[in-house]
Amino acid sequence: MKRMSAVLAFLFAAALAATSLSASKPKPAEGTTLTVFAAASLTEPFTELGRMLESSHPGLTVRFNFAGSQQLAAQIDQNADADLFASADEHWMSFLVDHGKIEGEPRVFAHNELVVIVPKSNPARIQTLPEISKRGVKVVLGSPSTPIGIYSRGVLQRMGALGLDYPSNFAERVLANVVSEEDNVKSVVTKVQIAEADAGIVYRSDVTDPVARVVRVFQIPPKAQVVANYPIAPLKSSIHGQEARAFLNLLASKEGRAVIERYHMTVPEPDKH
Amino acid sequence: MSASGARTLRDVGLRVVGTLATAILLALLALPIAALVLHVPPARLIARMGDPAVLEALRLSLVTSLAATLAVVALGLPLAWLLATRRFPGRRLLEVIVDLPMVLPPTVAGLALLLALGRAGLAGHVLAAFGITLPFTTAAVVVAQIFMAAPFFIAPVRAGLAAVEPRYLDAAATLRADETYRFLHVTLPLSLPSVVAGVAMCCARALGEFGATITFAGNLPGVTQTMPLAVYMAFQTDLEAAVTLAVLLLVFSAALLLGLRLAPSWVRIDAHRNH
Repeated sequence: MKRMSAVLAFLFAAALAATSLSASKPKPAEGTTLTVFAAASLTEPFTELGRMLESSHPGLTVRFNFAGSQQLAAQIDQNADADLFASADEHWMSFLVDHGKIEGEPRVFAHNELVVIVPKSNPARIQTLPEISKRGVKVVLGSPSTPIGIYSRGVLQRMGALGLDYPSNFAERVLANVVSEEDNVKSVVTKVQIAEADAGIVYRSDVTDPVARVVRVFQIPPKAQVVANYPIAPLKSSIHGQEARAFLNLLASKEGRAVIERYHMTVPEPDKH
Repeated sequence: MSASGARTLRDVGLRVVGTLATAILLALLALPIAALVLHVPPARLIARMGDPAVLEALRLSLVTSLAATLAVVALGLPLAWLLATRRFPGRRLLEVIVDLPMVLPPTVAGLALLLALGRAGLAGHVLAAFGITLPFTTAAVVVAQIFMAAPFFIAPVRAGLAAVEPRYLDAAATLRADETYRFLHVTLPLSLPSVVAGVAMCCARALGEFGATITFAGNLPGVTQTMPLAVYMAFQTDLEAAVTLAVLLLVFSAALLLGLRLAPSWVRIDAHRNH
């Protein structure tokens, strides 16, 4: 009898625990909360857009989860509670489209480019871009699973093919210099910012004013440059379709586009999506 | 009111509440572990364990945690002894400093380590002058593990050393045993169970270290990417690989803790045999 009640209590508790685990959805108590999962490189413009939307929609709270696009995609794939997904590349968006998580057609709302950043203190004394392939330069890149990591490796390959001052094995030499593969672009920025890394490859938009004060920016030759496309789409599981649409409309509006552009990203022509 | 073993309604209520509380907590602790173990079929799990990337992370984890544990024992035993046996001004403060990493968020620890031992850090720039830079090296992984795991060794050892009854030491002293002899042949054998506990806890904590490592040492397979970092990175792209690594880590950590539960009895027997 005693054992029986203990077993029952355990089962009850297990059931309780199971339901409380799945019931982690926030209750729309007073206002509504729009949850946006966005690539780490969108941290600054999206935070600003979120504030704009909140001020034009009283009662609405916009909550962000900024991380590497691959990490967000994995979380959404495991049924994380989100309303919108903005990726730093088309790969992770297609991944979620293929997994049936995306509502409708993703729309590319911004383009970004890559730059090489070096601490102002310049511990490795880098004066020209080919010098990041010198032996012993501590290079930090995004991990090969992150969009920035994939773009960076592509750009390095193309720089090696340029000839000029670039050694033919430029990409291999730079990759041999990699001391850390970060899980998102902001971690790359930080490592260069605090001068632990000698060089890093990040998006142009990551060089915000505070970052620009402590790093030196090297432009990647146009022939080796890539264009990073940022798609956004609502999620099928979202119950805040209206609010999600409001965010998308703001993003497509003149004001929204101005915010994106202020962070050194470009926006596609309004009619072309 | 009469019989001593009378069980009131209140007692029954307390039992029910106690059972329920225990069951809820146990379920909460055991469910995630069960989910992890059940996620990938055992055959797939074993097949993936031979993966070179898995073995590389495992090797790095074992080597660094072992190095960190050895360092903590060598450097921590004197400190634990000092805290256990000596009264001096600032002892409380010292205890807080020693215990702090236990409650510090690991990323905060990583940031602190960078600011202290990073290339531009407080002590790091002195090291840099000698051509030593820690961040992004395997040594940095060990340093992060030492920082996070040391309190887990010092706390039980300090308690164990303090619990040695002075009369044994006094008896040894009357036999003209010097302090070194008394420490090696009386104090240490008597507190061996807590030393073993400290070693196991320290090693388990080092094995599981994540936040301080990724912040301070970075993430590079074969150099700084230990098992927990490999789990974190794999989760973003390959859930099955992440679970494989996680289960492997779980097995090692559980074995350490289980060993700890079994060890003190052997240790005690051995200690008696030797004396």
